[in-house]
Amino acid sequence: MSREELERVVVEILAGIAPEADFAALAGNEDLRDALDLDSMDFLNLVIGLHERLGIDIPEADYPKLFTKDGLLDYLAAKA
Amino acid sequence: MTSLRERTVLESWPRIRKRPEELPVRPHLLDYEATRAAFSWEAARAGLTGLPGGGLNIAFEAVHRHAHGARASKTALRWIGKDGSRRELSYAELSAEALRFASALRAHAVTEGERVFLLLGRVPELYVAMLGSLSAKCVVSPLFSAFGPEPIATRIRMGEGAVLVTTPELYRRRVEAIRAQLPSLRLVILVERGETRERPPGTIGWSEFSARGEGAFAVPPTDPEDLALLHFTSGTTGRPKGAMHVHAAVLTHYVTGLYALDLHEEDIFWCTADPGWVTGTSYGVIAPLVHGVTNLVVEAEFDAQLWYRILQDEKVTVWYTAPTAIRMMMKLGAEAAKGYDFSRLRFSASVGEPLNPEGVMFGLEAFGRPFHDNWWQTETGGIMIANFAATDVKPGSMGRPLPGIEAAIVRREADGTVRVVDEPMVEGELALKKGWPSMFRGYLGEEERYRKCFAGDWYLTGDLAKKDEEGYFWFVGRADDVIKSAGHLIGPFEVESALMEHPAVAEAAVIGKPDPIAGEVVKAFVVLRPGFRASEELRRDVLGHARKRLGPVVAPKEIDFRDGLPRTRSGKIMRRLLKARELGLPEGDLSTLESDERPTGAAP
Repeated sequence: MSREELERVVVEILAGIAPEADFAALAGNEDLRDALDLDSMDFLNLVIGLHERLGIDIPEADYPKLFTKDGLLDYLAAKA
Repeated sequence: MTSLRERTVLESWPRIRKRPEELPVRPHLLDYEATRAAFSWEAARAGLTGLPGGGLNIAFEAVHRHAHGARASKTALRWIGKDGSRRELSYAELSAEALRFASALRAHAVTEGERVFLLLGRVPELYVAMLGSLSAKCVVSPLFSAFGPEPIATRIRMGEGAVLVTTPELYRRRVEAIRAQLPSLRLVILVERGETRERPPGTIGWSEFSARGEGAFAVPPTDPEDLALLHFTSGTTGRPKGAMHVHAAVLTHYVTGLYALDLHEEDIFWCTADPGWVTGTSYGVIAPLVHGVTNLVVEAEFDAQLWYRILQDEKVTVWYTAPTAIRMMMKLGAEAAKGYDFSRLRFSASVGEPLNPEGVMFGLEAFGRPFHDNWWQTETGGIMIANFAATDVKPGSMGRPLPGIEAAIVRREADGTVRVVDEPMVEGELALKKGWPSMFRGYLGEEERYRKCFAGDWYLTGDLAKKDEEGYFWFVGRADDVIKSAGHLIGPFEVESALMEHPAVAEAAVIGKPDPIAGEVVKAFVVLRPGFRASEELRRDVLGHARKRLGPVVAPKEIDFRDGLPRTRSGKIMRRLLKARELGLPEGDLSTLESDERPTGAAP
């Protein structure tokens, strides 16, 4: 999957969790939990959504890698 | 009588026996009964200093009294920023900064008794502003930085906030749009990092504000009954409640720091609570400083690996955290904690919602120490019931009352009085004999609501519990519809009101849905206005609306559409029935049910 496609998947999942969040406007190195107002439950739901949509396992030890937009997309690109 | 189910629970989780003589540091509370019997609040007062001119001020007990003696150069605050940067403030430095802040408040014509609201994450300025405001005898009201504009506006309006300390980011996202609705707010101080961009109108930078303060400031005479803290909490109905606490509360902070957290001079203490919550104030700021220990402050949010590293590297000895975090660590498994050195960790405690026995045992497995659950609430100001370092732990129990605290299970009688239930393991409402120093002195502007919390000498907590034959208390549930999510109390009314501001929403009802991590999550049932049709798109629109208004912590995580909501004949929504149906539980007494819900075709 291309980075653009992966980004689209993330945006779709986020729309179900935090519809008001603007993922596209995020800077690559910003902490998306702060910038998009995601609490720990929201973040967990995002991870679950990614697992369901992309069929990849994301061990919890890897969560910190997903805290920024760049980190998240790099991680998915390497795994998906 | 103990029911079969309870027996199973009690027996399946073995009691954790303590051998106090083997503990590396001798606990302050060794003999529970003897300590309780000998305790008096008057005698405990000897642990405090008191203002030189008489009176009692929280900030003086927390920092100023340590600023000139043996603790002057001792680290009071050890702060670790999100980017790993560090800052240390000694007791002398923290005291000086707090006094400068107090003096700057006066220079900006902020007078005694005025309210200072804090909307900040865990940054050093939070501690300076809180202690500085208390030094100036202003009343401090901490807010969750995860609150959306609506909860912030409601609270600042209710508290008639004169001053707000926040960050440029939070101001822009949460406050700027509602500023016009807050006429009482005269001074908005922004804690800036890095280079200053253009500052929004009507605000002042932290350094510019502080520059008008002087190093010297004398804490004015403070009556122990003077108002110090305003903590907002939620009830089932109506506006949030502003629980008022006075400077005398510091005696409870001292005593609970001693007995419930077992703080000793050499401790490195870490409280992970959000500063917007009462725990973040009583135990994130006041209690550790009153005891003169080093208070570790970690700005970052929960991240298991980071937390393990911090426990190890900072040599944390006493740790106070919450069930949601513990359950997240459990998901990761005890394996993930292997390889770290937790040998310095002496005592760990948990608060916020009942800690399940698995959580208590996880502490033993992962850190070699069980988590000690304790119980208290915004209104009590400090820990009331606890598992202690030297006494046996029964996993799943909140423990026993602190010295100086009398707790009982009571039943409300028809005539408004209460009857104490003496039989063990019989459910009733948890009540506390009134009169401890940190008991709230009122709900701001709501005398009647305050009065209703008491029956005779008893403060009624609204929590249902049981007491076993050894005097250990066991949490059962809430007596009202308040939702407890990840340690936050959420009032359904506040959420429902925000939902009903959406143009498509006619009615809304909100319940707490059990969740394995957060305890409960907020779930909303929504009835649409004529002309609107349930759809995924509309669901997202309502969800986004609620999140923008309320912030992620308070907004619902789930929304279901309904054609109607169950109501009593008097028109009240029966949240309990919605909840019972959601959980597949018996629906109970439906004799008062007037109109019932009908799920819409589209909803599950």
